[in-house]
Amino acid sequence: MNELLFNRLDIYLIAAAFLLAIGIFGLIRRRTLIGMLISGELIFAAASLNLMAFNRFTVHDPAVGQIFVLFIMGLAAAEVAIALSIIVAVYRNYRSVKTAELSELNG
Amino acid sequence: MNSFPASGIVLNAIFLLALATLVGGALLAVFSSRLIRSVCGLAISCVGLAGLYYFLHSPFLALMEILIYVGAVCVTIVFAIMLAEPDEPAADNGGRSVFWSGLSLVVAAAIFAGLAWLGIHGDWASPKKLASDGSLEAIGRSLLTTYSLAFELISLALLVAILGALAIARTGRTKA
Repeated sequence: MNELLFNRLDIYLIAAAFLLAIGIFGLIRRRTLIGMLISGELIFAAASLNLMAFNRFTVHDPAVGQIFVLFIMGLAAAEVAIALSIIVAVYRNYRSVKTAELSELNG
Repeated sequence: MNSFPASGIVLNAIFLLALATLVGGALLAVFSSRLIRSVCGLAISCVGLAGLYYFLHSPFLALMEILIYVGAVCVTIVFAIMLAEPDEPAADNGGRSVFWSGLSLVVAAAIFAGLAWLGIHGDWASPKKLASDGSLEAIGRSLLTTYSLAFELISLALLVAILGALAIARTGRTKA
């Protein structure tokens, strides 16, 4: 085990692809709004990990990717605050956050 | 690398531990039926991601990941779960549920296979020389010079998000 695993770009890329895939899997499969929000956070994490991996291995200036990921984290925090307040408002109106019950027009 | 003979093995083991934490937390976040366990999985996954950031030469982002995701985002989601008490409903009308699970599994597997193939076979060139060392000092310098507009705009976005969250969550409070 002479080779250092953390100096290889493809391991980080595969980890990020796994996070994206499992985030999309959860986004389709979950039947509550909060579960879908958690899966969305996993997709954000996949994007951040991809950016950081390329920033470490292929980019001319290593500070740029870190600043970009910092901005992604800030925007994700804002997005979570808005989404959770929407979820709480939806729960007040419908007494449920299950996506199958959130419908007013039933055919 | 240095004089300690087994340091490569130890470093590889710590890296694999961070990777396993990331993958295991993500699996727990997606597959558990209780949403509070799902949030715990997200927090575990974020700790693993912070470990990977540390290995990518960015201890600053590792600290920020733990501070923002584990400290703020997960705690906020826990509050929402306590307010709304949502548990994943039991699988009803079996046929459609199986169809959607199979479809999401196929989509996720296709995306993972495609991206992993691209990541392995891509020709990623490393740069000849670096413009900065990527240290905290370099980050702070470029945040206040090159990226100062984006820095101010994200503070504005956070302010608008706080006000919007307050305004949305306030409506209907008297009715309830």
